[in-house]
Amino acid sequence: MDFLTLMDYLIRGLSLGSIYAIIALGYTMVYGIAKMLNFAHGDVIMVGAYICFFTMNRVGAMFDPETQALAAAVAPALAGVLLSMVVCTVLGVVIEGLAYKPLRQAPSLAVLITAIGVSYFLQNAAQLLWTSSPKYFSPIVGSGQVQAGPLTISHVILVTIVACVVIMLALTFFTNKTKMGKAMRAVSEDKGAAQLMGINVNRTISMTFAIGSALAAIAGVLLCSAYPTLTPTTGSMPGIKAFTAAVFGGIGSIPGALLGGLLLGIIEIFASAYISTQLSTAVVFGVLIVILLVKPAGLLGKTVREKV
Amino acid sequence: MKKYLAMLLAGALSVSLLAGCGGDSGSSASSTGSAGSAGSASSTGSDSSAADGTTFKLGGTGPLTGGASIYGLAAQRGAQIAVDEIAEAGGDIQFTLRYEDDVHDAEKAVNAYNTLKEWGMQISLGSVTSKPGEATSVLNYEDRIFALTPSASSPAVIESKDNVFQMCFSDPNQGLASAQYISEQNLGEKVFIIWKNDDVYSTGIKDQFVTEAEALNLNVVGDATFTTDSQTDFTVQLTQAQQAGADLLFLPIYYDAASLILSQANAMGYDPAIFGVDGMDGILTVDGFDPALAEGVMLLTPFNADAQDEATQAFVQKYQAQYGEVPNQFAADAYDCVYALKQALETAGCTPDMSAEDICTKLIEVFPTITFEGLTGDGAGITWDSTGAVSKSPKGMVIQNGAYVGMD
Amino acid sequence: MTSLKTMKKSTRTSFLTYAMVVVAFVIVQSLRVFKDGGVGAVLEGQLIPICAYITVALALNLVVGVSGELSLGHAGFMSIGAFMGCAMASALQDSVTLAPLRLAISMIFGAVLAGLFGFLIGIPVLRLNGDYLAIVTLAFGEIIKSIITNVYLGVDKDGLQFSFLTDRNQLAEGGIALIKGPMGVNNSARISTFVAGFILVMITLIVVFNLVNSRAGRAIMAARDNRIAAESVGISVTKYKMMAFVTSAALAGAAGTLYGCSQVTFTATKFDFNTSILILVFVVLGGLGNMWGTVIAAAALTILPEALREFADYRMLVYAIVLILVMLATNNPTIQSGLSRLIQRLKAGKGGEEQ
Repeated sequence: MDFLTLMDYLIRGLSLGSIYAIIALGYTMVYGIAKMLNFAHGDVIMVGAYICFFTMNRVGAMFDPETQALAAAVAPALAGVLLSMVVCTVLGVVIEGLAYKPLRQAPSLAVLITAIGVSYFLQNAAQLLWTSSPKYFSPIVGSGQVQAGPLTISHVILVTIVACVVIMLALTFFTNKTKMGKAMRAVSEDKGAAQLMGINVNRTISMTFAIGSALAAIAGVLLCSAYPTLTPTTGSMPGIKAFTAAVFGGIGSIPGALLGGLLLGIIEIFASAYISTQLSTAVVFGVLIVILLVKPAGLLGKTVREKV
Repeated sequence: MKKYLAMLLAGALSVSLLAGCGGDSGSSASSTGSAGSAGSASSTGSDSSAADGTTFKLGGTGPLTGGASIYGLAAQRGAQIAVDEIAEAGGDIQFTLRYEDDVHDAEKAVNAYNTLKEWGMQISLGSVTSKPGEATSVLNYEDRIFALTPSASSPAVIESKDNVFQMCFSDPNQGLASAQYISEQNLGEKVFIIWKNDDVYSTGIKDQFVTEAEALNLNVVGDATFTTDSQTDFTVQLTQAQQAGADLLFLPIYYDAASLILSQANAMGYDPAIFGVDGMDGILTVDGFDPALAEGVMLLTPFNADAQDEATQAFVQKYQAQYGEVPNQFAADAYDCVYALKQALETAGCTPDMSAEDICTKLIEVFPTITFEGLTGDGAGITWDSTGAVSKSPKGMVIQNGAYVGMD
Repeated sequence: MTSLKTMKKSTRTSFLTYAMVVVAFVIVQSLRVFKDGGVGAVLEGQLIPICAYITVALALNLVVGVSGELSLGHAGFMSIGAFMGCAMASALQDSVTLAPLRLAISMIFGAVLAGLFGFLIGIPVLRLNGDYLAIVTLAFGEIIKSIITNVYLGVDKDGLQFSFLTDRNQLAEGGIALIKGPMGVNNSARISTFVAGFILVMITLIVVFNLVNSRAGRAIMAARDNRIAAESVGISVTKYKMMAFVTSAALAGAAGTLYGCSQVTFTATKFDFNTSILILVFVVLGGLGNMWGTVIAAAALTILPEALREFADYRMLVYAIVLILVMLATNNPTIQSGLSRLIQRLKAGKGGEEQ
């Protein structure tokens, strides 16, 4: 077990973890506000990746890579990311409005099953629209590498980690400083009281879905840049793992989602490297169970004392 | 009130379902629905004649939806093209094809098979994938419906069933042939295997490969696995291979995961020789895949879409025109299945008004005797022994400049 | 039948549920015996899986509906029951020749093992609550799946052989590989029957109703409705929750054995997260704590994808839409009141015609 390999694994784990963290943010925000597990989140990621894939192909064809080198490198990626964010935001709001809003007063399990229905719907619609044969997603930032001492780090990994940090900072700023963000926190604390204070709860929830889905689009693009095969089921397993990550860190907590995501990514890589590739998933979930036993509300979750 | 309403709905649902299920078996309405979905005018044409018993009812199950649907759809389309061609050419032997979805699940495959049985299936194309294939082949055996599966390659599919035949190599045979090929051609000193732990196909090939490699004194320096759940990051497996000093990676897996391995190995600057099996075929057709990554990849496959012979080119052209994709080996195997059945039915002198059991008895006699020339046969012809296993020579291919080139 | 009205409500519900299952069984069974072609090949092939799904859904309803804890890993218990039960059935092939007896022994074995795992998992899990409990059960389901995928179990004249991760079993001549790692189980004989499935469903209903309507059941529900209040009157919440959880796991294990012994072949990946979710859908659609609703929902939703085959490629899309619409229709107050008004109007209309 040499140090260099260890560092290499660590960086890979961080990169994988950053993607989990961005997905987990979507889960955690929606959970914090609407108290529901949005199982369709993973499939919104997949939709985002497809939109980006097709936009990049279309826009990429409009530029001649020889004469307009810069435009050919930047424009498709930029257009792809932006358009997929827009589409996913709309999709998220539409799903919320059609499927979840009518169930605001319903038991949480009913909402959970509806979310699963939406997830099936998105997967099957994607299969009909875009067929199930895999698409190979070329990284949005090219396949370049940087040399950091003895380590080689690809651009994709750098961008993923940087994007994760930027999103974290922006979200923290948003929830703490802006009016909308404060409204979101208020709704997640106490819906009734927030409404009495004049906060439009429905709009706040829709807004949360919009932000969560835009994040899902970014996560989708990053996920497929790092692991380039894209199929209609691409989002489901990362979705479940990110959900695990959100619980890991304490569901409802934004820094918790970051911490949970990063830890999950690193544990997954290390488990397959140093324990067994066959059992890596089992090890990840085993660690999760141990952590939840020690800290029943997740790493950064608040333990709410029940008052009698 | 709420509860009763829910119950009322659920009740109404189940009643309507039961009514739908208990309906007249083999109703023509359902068969039109499915044949229509195959999307071809001629199939609807032949469908109407099915009612008066002038065509053979040919059924198959495969994953038409879900994660594995690429294989099922390919087989369905390949077979449909063959059926349409036969209809166009005219002749005594005509087929009506019906594929049912099994979502790559053994339990659903049994349901799909039973749906076909109710429809009145006379000859079966088995299942497309291995686990469902193991389940439906037992039913084929019990119901005495002859089956020729295009691609269910596990040996358990044909084991101790006299009326189930395979068009593809069995998994162990692929492992065996790969080990022999690597050893004969001296392709690598140190071999490392990356295989998919929860996949029957991958495990079957890998087990036999390891056994044979030992016998041939091939140096297998290690192996690493992944599962459906961890099919994203292969850095660890690749690093292990690199540290073991492997100069040849053996990948008994499908091309979707293989394309990830290739791109990640490339990003790591690790460049071993790569040897794949027939699941690797299709890698060049992945939308957006850079063929440069697959440069030098070797594979043993019975079919390649770039072959220059007339039959393959005509097939590829038709497939592309109808479905907008380059066909893979599943499509070719299913296409061959239909023609092989046609040949066997002609030889046996079967007619569409015969019962499934009579056809089955005749085909069991005939199949081991015929030699079939198909897309997947390498010109030498395809033969079967009485166990149902196929004998055809796999082609060693290497990818050069984004195209397959024969290795010998 | 006047007594039906004077009965206690809970007794009446359980009585009606038994009656419904028996009637359904009698109808289906008489169709199979007397009608030419029976119930049709498709439904015939689904009968045993339906019984298994009903059983596991009832078991899950005991945890989710009665005990109030969300479990996302019940397929794991089914998996244990299926693999261990089938291994037992194959191992006993020569010593116990009577198939129903062999099935019964295997089912009990599968149930006991699954119950044991339920107990082991319950110790840590039941200390948590809410969604954390859900995620831990999900985690256990995944762990069970990846462990069973790597188990190799064989039997020959020298006894059992076991290996993990790689197949190192050296079976003597005539030995049988019971569990073949990623290849799963291949049953040489399918000993499950519809009658056995029916008996299992009945036993499950009896167990569930007796538990729910007993002192323990009331304690479980008290703990669900208000944990603190229950604790304050001296109910040991963990003990009673554990009772529900272990019973549920054992029943799911028995259902697994029934399912496994009806299939030609199955692998550990069959019992994944999606299967757990599928069972949960049965429970929620049938109604939390509503056993007869669960029976109907499990049966209807197992048949539904088959009935939708006419939609061909759009089948699963339609299934998803039906699922969403049914959830909306049963849970949205606006749609509900609209529907009930519609029903009332229809009733009134009918009444008018009759006059």
